[in-house]
Amino acid sequence: MRQVLARAIGGVAIIGLIAGAAACNSDSSSDDTASGSNCGYKLAYFGALTGSAANLGVNIEQGFELAIEQYNKTKGSTCIEVAKFDSQGEASVAPGVARSLVADKKILGIVGPPFSGESEAADPIFEAAGIPTITPSATRVSLASKGWKTFHRAVANDDAQGPAAAAYIKDNLKATKVFVADDQSAYGAGLADVVKSKLGSLVVATDKTEGDGKQADFSALVQKVSSSGATALFYGGYYTNAGIIRKQLTAAGWKGTLLGGDGMKDPGLSKASGVQAAVGTVVTCPCSPPEAAGGTFVNDYKAKWNVDAGTYSDVAYDAANVFLQGIDAGNNTTEKLNTFLSTVNYKGIANTYKFTATGELDPSLIKVWAFKFDSSGDAKSDVEIKTS
Amino acid sequence: MSEKANFRENGGVRGWFGRQPTWVRSVVVAVALVLAFLLPYAGDVPLIGPQIVTEGIDWPSALFNMSYYVLLALGLNVVVGYAGLLDLGYVGFFAVGAYGTALLTSPDSVLYADTGWKWLMAVPVALALTMVAGLVLGWPTLRLRGDYLAIVTLGFAEIIRIFATSTTTLRGDRGFASIPHPPGEWGGKPIFGVTDAVPYFWLGLVVIIAVILGVRNLDRSRVGRSWLAIREDEEAAEIMGVRTIKYKLWAFAIGAFIGGLGGVLFAGEQGFINSQTFVLQFSILVLAGVVMGGSGNMAGAILGGALISYIPDRLRGISLGDTDLYEYRFAMFGLVIIIIMVLRPQGLIPSRRRAMELKDREKEVAPQ
Amino acid sequence: MDFSGLINDFGPLTVSGLAQGAIIALFALGYTLVYGVLRLINFAHSEVFLMGTYACLIVWGWFGLNQDSAAPSVGGMLLYLAIGLIVAIIASGLTALAVEVVAYRPLRRRNAPPLAFLITAIGASLFISELTGVLTHRNQRGVPPIIQAKPLLTIGDTTITNLQLLIVVLALVMMFLLDRFINASRLGRGIRAVSQNPDSAALMGVNKSRVIGLVFLLGGLMAGVAAVMYNLKIGVTRYDAGFLLGIDAFAAAVLGGIGNLRGALLGGLLLGVLQAYAAGLFGSQWLHAASFVLLVVILLFRPTGLLGESLGRARA
Repeated sequence: MRQVLARAIGGVAIIGLIAGAAACNSDSSSDDTASGSNCGYKLAYFGALTGSAANLGVNIEQGFELAIEQYNKTKGSTCIEVAKFDSQGEASVAPGVARSLVADKKILGIVGPPFSGESEAADPIFEAAGIPTITPSATRVSLASKGWKTFHRAVANDDAQGPAAAAYIKDNLKATKVFVADDQSAYGAGLADVVKSKLGSLVVATDKTEGDGKQADFSALVQKVSSSGATALFYGGYYTNAGIIRKQLTAAGWKGTLLGGDGMKDPGLSKASGVQAAVGTVVTCPCSPPEAAGGTFVNDYKAKWNVDAGTYSDVAYDAANVFLQGIDAGNNTTEKLNTFLSTVNYKGIANTYKFTATGELDPSLIKVWAFKFDSSGDAKSDVEIKTS
Repeated sequence: MSEKANFRENGGVRGWFGRQPTWVRSVVVAVALVLAFLLPYAGDVPLIGPQIVTEGIDWPSALFNMSYYVLLALGLNVVVGYAGLLDLGYVGFFAVGAYGTALLTSPDSVLYADTGWKWLMAVPVALALTMVAGLVLGWPTLRLRGDYLAIVTLGFAEIIRIFATSTTTLRGDRGFASIPHPPGEWGGKPIFGVTDAVPYFWLGLVVIIAVILGVRNLDRSRVGRSWLAIREDEEAAEIMGVRTIKYKLWAFAIGAFIGGLGGVLFAGEQGFINSQTFVLQFSILVLAGVVMGGSGNMAGAILGGALISYIPDRLRGISLGDTDLYEYRFAMFGLVIIIIMVLRPQGLIPSRRRAMELKDREKEVAPQ
Repeated sequence: MDFSGLINDFGPLTVSGLAQGAIIALFALGYTLVYGVLRLINFAHSEVFLMGTYACLIVWGWFGLNQDSAAPSVGGMLLYLAIGLIVAIIASGLTALAVEVVAYRPLRRRNAPPLAFLITAIGASLFISELTGVLTHRNQRGVPPIIQAKPLLTIGDTTITNLQLLIVVLALVMMFLLDRFINASRLGRGIRAVSQNPDSAALMGVNKSRVIGLVFLLGGLMAGVAAVMYNLKIGVTRYDAGFLLGIDAFAAAVLGGIGNLRGALLGGLLLGVLQAYAAGLFGSQWLHAASFVLLVVILLFRPTGLLGESLGRARA
């Protein structure tokens, strides 16, 4: 009998704990709605904040939040609120989270989703609700061809980056033997396929690996790269795998250059591989170097978050500012804001933003830069790649 | 003996339920059903409601997620709970169901020009496909026992995932987009839209009820008794004339069918699937749900399946002080699993037969 | 398919496969030891390994070593290696014991059904790896270059590096020691007795609880060594490293015959080499699929694995 009682008490205690936590949470939304014109609205970040894809998501969210914080500071009040929605970067989780986002009628615009897979699952819901989105990093080409009016992309799609990477390998690196591999992600494989077709006969061999967190031993790939005699390896994938690959290549004595797309432009690469091994690794990115913008973004970001700005932090910062500019100009409904986006011409820190009818970045504004890892462990701007 | 102990002695709630006349039982069941269908509006109940509904995720969507987890738990319960075959790769069938639907209906599919079917047309074909997959897995593994079966089923699910990731036909991470939703219109608008998940939950609930009725009948038939015999002692069952091979295959095929149903519903609600969803952890979670709820008992499997989906979803969006609890949701979930299993090794709602076995076994333990 | 590639790289792939296989084999011993005595899959063993990889890195960090450090001298290398091994062994051993005490012992007291053990182990595994994930922000952690891989000897066009040799030799030595311990020591006899017949062993005065603690500890020790080797070979660890390699190790244990020590070694090496060949032949993305296909095929013909199930041949 005593045991039964103890269990009952334990059960009640657990329920009480959860309920209490929930109660704390539901009270936490502050009610001091800021006064002033065009205030009292929300901008949302939708994407991974937890889970294995969280790093890229957090980069983006922090850039986004920084922009809003700075805007509120100039306004002198909490004019625009930040709303965060954690999709874990998973297509299976995204719809439910997206539905809870659209239920909040104060949200005027969304920065995200960061990944193409979750975009496919969540964007139809945003489209039905009419909330404009700007994705800073979902680069799958097909996203723009679904007829979504609310879809906007602040970076070039995969079709722009691949040719640039191939041009860099041909013209700047002047490599004659190239090994191309990818991680089978939609992003990585898409990029690698374009690079392969543009390089043609320069490609001596190819391979595919499993995705991030699904493979750690790349010795077979390393062996193939070494014995192929290639002096350059293009890896379509993210920095997580690329860091391990770079490390294992160096350990095996391969001295060639590792190249990749913007998914590899993150200090996480050199943190895994060691700075020495990462030096000379080249990543292409459809964005301008942040220092070129002359702003204080890099320092502000570091001051606010105590880490260096990562991949897409700057694009997310710009995307948030595009929305903020629109709201500031009086576009205080989702329809007006969406219309505003179709005419916007905003010069941000990473690029200038102007969207085509399908929501793509205006082709004349697409710039692709090469960045090179140096002894600081981060990728620094190298050259702008001419693709024409 | 106290009144409470007396109540337990007589079989507790379930014993009471069993002793009631038919009309009382029908009323109880009907009320429970109505309440289940009203679950999407639980948030409107004062005081208790807001504690129940999820915050970081839309509540009807969370309910729909629970519904396909419950389906998976029911299906796995047939394989693990009834027939006693340890299956660590159950997500494989879920994947086959979802991919079957996607291949037949999505514009991204290579078959689209020939098929391009509606969701409803694809369902029977996809389900037939999962049953075949169940037989394909079941047939070669019939000789294997216990943990060997576990690793082979785990391997089977991994092979399906790797195929889905690495072959061009199955499109890997690119996935299949624009999978049609279930049919139906209401006042000029499609019932199954994208912004409202309530109809999907109701659909899931209807399917769950159908599955419960079907499995209940099977369990009480010759098939169910054969499963029981196989689970308890395969050799003895064989000697007594139970055709173990046949009934093990039955268990695999029915389990696969129910898992496939989950996959078909999932594809219909999401509209998009790719290889990222069908990871191994998924199978392991569902198994944890079945055993946690009470292996071999449908009510237990339902509760367990609902919990494995509900607990992480409920923890989403809750913060204690400065720390966000949702970061810790799976760690906390792991802890909850341990606590539940240690307190109730036979599951939350144990199968009555299993509970009796356990009592016998407890007596056998030498005093420590 | 790339037959010429496989033939060209046959030697190097074999060597790197053997090194990977040796790590898998050491890891697999933990599954096999626990299975031999308790007849259940210790699902949390992957996290026992994970704790080893992190403990080793953290202590190296105390010596100021990180992924950017220069390679130490030979004396330093041996010192750091010894420290890393000791720390990883302690961490893995303690984690294994903790899992036993928290997740298994309470269930054993109540004589719970076998499935319950599997589920608490899954819970423990989820708890440890997810907590590690949260605490490390799910970032990778680079390993300091304790050992610079250098070609040691060359046979034909196959070079064997010092690291590869070290891994394989260390794994064989650990295997030999464990084998001797189980087969020749008093405690080992206890383990074999319990694995043959727990009840008779208990009646003959073997302390079952102590034996069970001992096999968890032994499995932890082996996983600790595997963890250091993994750090040196892969060069990076992450919160899900244990889960990833754990599946391979579990498969290797079953392949060789779960509960059979020599089976684990055979299974591990075979799996490592096969994965390397599959990656060479079909591409790296098929490596895990190939190992599972092999597993299924072998179990079809030998339903209890290559060497059959028995701990230290006790049940031959």
